[in-house]
Amino acid sequence: MTVWVETDLCDGCRRCLKACPYGAIDMKAKKAVVLDHCTSCGACIQVCKNEAMLTDVVPREIPDFTDRQGVWVFAEQRKGQLTRVSLELLGKARSLGEELGQQTAALLVGNGVSGLGETLISHGADKVFLMEHALLDVYRSEPYTIAMETVIRDHRPNILLVGATHIGRDLAPRLAHRLGVGLTADCTELTIDPGEKILLQTRPAFGGNVMATIANRYSRPQMATVRPGVMKAEEFPGHKGELVNIEISLTSEMVRTEVLDSIKEEKRAVELSSAKVIIAGGRGVGNAQGFEVLRELAAVMDGEVAGTRVAVEEGWISSDHQVGQTGVTVRPEIYIACGISGAIQHRAGMMNSRYVVAINNDPRAPIFQVADWGIVGDVTEIVPELIEQLKQGRENVIGL
Amino acid sequence: MDIVVLVKQVPNTTDVKLDKNTGNLIREGLESIMNPDDRNALEFALQIKAEYGGTITMVSMGPPQAVDVLSEAMGMGADKGLLLSDMAFAGADTWATSYTLGKAIEKIERFDLIICGRQAIDGDTAQIGPQVADFLDIPQITYVTDIETVSNKEVIVKRRLEDGHERVASQLPALLTILGGANNPRYPNIGGLLAACEENAPLAAWNAADIGVMVNDVGLAGSLTHVIKTYVPKFKRQGETLEGTTAEVVRQLIQHLGKSEGASACKAVAATCRLMADTKQEGI
Ligand SMILES: Cc1cc2nc3c(=O)[nH]c(=O)nc-3n(C[C@H](O)[C@H](O)[C@H](O)COP(=O)(O)OP(=O)(O)OC[C@H]3O[C@@H](n4cnc5c(N)ncnc54)[C@H](O)[C@@H]3O)c2cc1C
Ligand SMILES: Cc1cc2nc3c(=O)[nH]c(=O)nc-3n(C[C@H](O)[C@H](O)[C@H](O)COP(=O)(O)OP(=O)(O)OC[C@H]3O[C@@H](n4cnc5c(N)ncnc54)[C@H](O)[C@@H]3O)c2cc1C
Ligand code: SF4
Ligand code: SF4
Repeated sequence: MTVWVETDLCDGCRRCLKACPYGAIDMKAKKAVVLDHCTSCGACIQVCKNEAMLTDVVPREIPDFTDRQGVWVFAEQRKGQLTRVSLELLGKARSLGEELGQQTAALLVGNGVSGLGETLISHGADKVFLMEHALLDVYRSEPYTIAMETVIRDHRPNILLVGATHIGRDLAPRLAHRLGVGLTADCTELTIDPGEKILLQTRPAFGGNVMATIANRYSRPQMATVRPGVMKAEEFPGHKGELVNIEISLTSEMVRTEVLDSIKEEKRAVELSSAKVIIAGGRGVGNAQGFEVLRELAAVMDGEVAGTRVAVEEGWISSDHQVGQTGVTVRPEIYIACGISGAIQHRAGMMNSRYVVAINNDPRAPIFQVADWGIVGDVTEIVPELIEQLKQGRENVIGL
Repeated sequence: MDIVVLVKQVPNTTDVKLDKNTGNLIREGLESIMNPDDRNALEFALQIKAEYGGTITMVSMGPPQAVDVLSEAMGMGADKGLLLSDMAFAGADTWATSYTLGKAIEKIERFDLIICGRQAIDGDTAQIGPQVADFLDIPQITYVTDIETVSNKEVIVKRRLEDGHERVASQLPALLTILGGANNPRYPNIGGLLAACEENAPLAAWNAADIGVMVNDVGLAGSLTHVIKTYVPKFKRQGETLEGTTAEVVRQLIQHLGKSEGASACKAVAATCRLMADTKQEGI
């Protein structure tokens, strides 16, 4: 396909220019022109109010989906433990469901996991679809896809959210393809379009340099994977729900992979994503000893230590403590960034923190733009002073 | 062991710059590179080939200039390159991309393994691998960090999870997605690069008709998701810079934190803040 501008209709409003993720539009004599490196992604067509952006693609009719009801969440469990993101998604699903006037359901897949139903209900599920089978014991793409496909084809939901964990991002694309539906990856924001009542899915792309809002108009369920730590889990005490057993017919011939063993390593990442106070360090901390001082501050504040990718590469902290686009997403009450420049990939993982403090000796560092309070100074002076002062309060008031 | 490796040409997003006035990506000077994870994918393929023989076919969907990544792959040691290029393929989401790639792979006579990168650094979805696997109805293993053994029936790999890893065996043919950093990809050698530029180099280009797809099923027209808006993220916080001596700024910080809702998250902050207030009252 090709994209071009009908110059007579163009009023030079520049909307398309702002929308093009590839910088492939230029203004010449107050009219938009499409440049050679246009990838025909179509983003500009949607934003032009004058229908001046044209394409040779025939617009498709949007099918009637009014019979598709329900906002569903894949309730991922590992060895009988629900992942935190599943509960976070239920909270979100519930508010989306309220907006649409639709019920919330959780899909619980495994073997001997029915006990988790209660937790899902108290976190907002009106229904829990339970799929149990010996072949569903340990997660594997094929049997899980079959189980999910079965219940979705029979019960026809409107929306399905999956946590963007290593398991969720293995399952969701295979399932979406099996169902013939679109899938938006790694969303950080979900809203309902007030007019069309469709799910608007916002996600980072181009290494976090661009945010894209994606719509899924032509297929149901509208599927999205959502980053852990972005939404908030909520409890609804006394909420009543129903556990529904779903028969899944599976034979071992349907499963062509086998998990030989599974080795657990230090499980710190999960603690980080639920920590209330995080002391994060970057290159400016200087060395491993500098990180010891951060650990001391974390101990005084009952917090956890984290780092940037540079700190991880330097070997000052292990990679499961990396905050950011390729690390974990955190949302503590207090985030203290020490010697961190605030690169976009780092900010992607911490921008939902309640309060951000930045300590950096360069007043132009971008981290100050995302901080509530900034201190321009040397971490090796500021942090020990902070420890000193906090210790006094701790000793004199709480007596620790 | 015949292996298909999927490669994508991507803009190098590590040095993306944004135009201050328009907020657009500045594409000029932004080089196109082979997607980093795909190098790791090819490296594993080359290692398997060195041990078991067979051919490595590279497949890429993209504009004509994406042939560069195929030449580079051949410089690294791949045997053949296949470029899927057609105006009709443009604007594809992952559904349409995996359909196009899948249809092309079906035309390749035989393969035991398909290896691709875990994630591309522009679209960032990590969806292509599993979707191509489902299209071809073969098993998939994602987030692979190591390939332990390969036989003519089975592959055993290590797969990374957030809290550890798994060893997984899969029947062949299978599709693997490789995590960046899983190995150290070799550099292309000059001889190989030059050979890839020769006229009779084993590079082919297929369009929509060659792979037997309808133009309405591929590209933007065949896509199920659509980008309706893009913007450069902005941050709302209004940073207040604290000024004074080290002792003073730290004191101010504790007071700000102590008076905020954040105080409930940290006993030490709340206590110290109270202590400061008391000390002040006592006039010390
Ligand atoms: C695809 C991709 C994914 C990435 N993913 C992540 C990710 O998940 N997480 C992540 O963090 N990064 C990630 N990065 C890397 C990111 O782009 C930055 O390079 C990184 O975050 C910078 O780390 P830094 O702030 O520690 O180092 P720098 O950018 O070097 O900043 C160091 C800062 O310390 C200050 N400083 C120096 N000395 C002192 C001192 N004595 N006292 C006070 N301040 C001092 C300096 O002024 C500077 O601002 C990714 C990059 C790419 C391309
Ligand atoms: C801003 C933006 C946001 C987008 N968001 C979505 C979205 O949420 N959902 C969606 O369905 N589409 C989305 N797309 C479209 C998507 O980027 C394209 O479909 C793209 O062709 C493939 O996705 P990817 O880059 O994410 O690849 P990934 O799935 O991340 O790539 C994984 C691996 O697949 C292989 N591969 C990928 N593309 C090709 C190719 N063209 N040729 C050969 N091998 C390949 C490579 O080995 C690669 O390492 C988005 C596009 C943009 C510009
Ligand atoms: S959005 Fe439409 S009217 Fe506005 S500049 Fe672009 S083409 Fe012209
Ligand atoms: S189709 Fe996409 S790449 Fe082309 S001009 Fe429009 S927004 Fe830019």
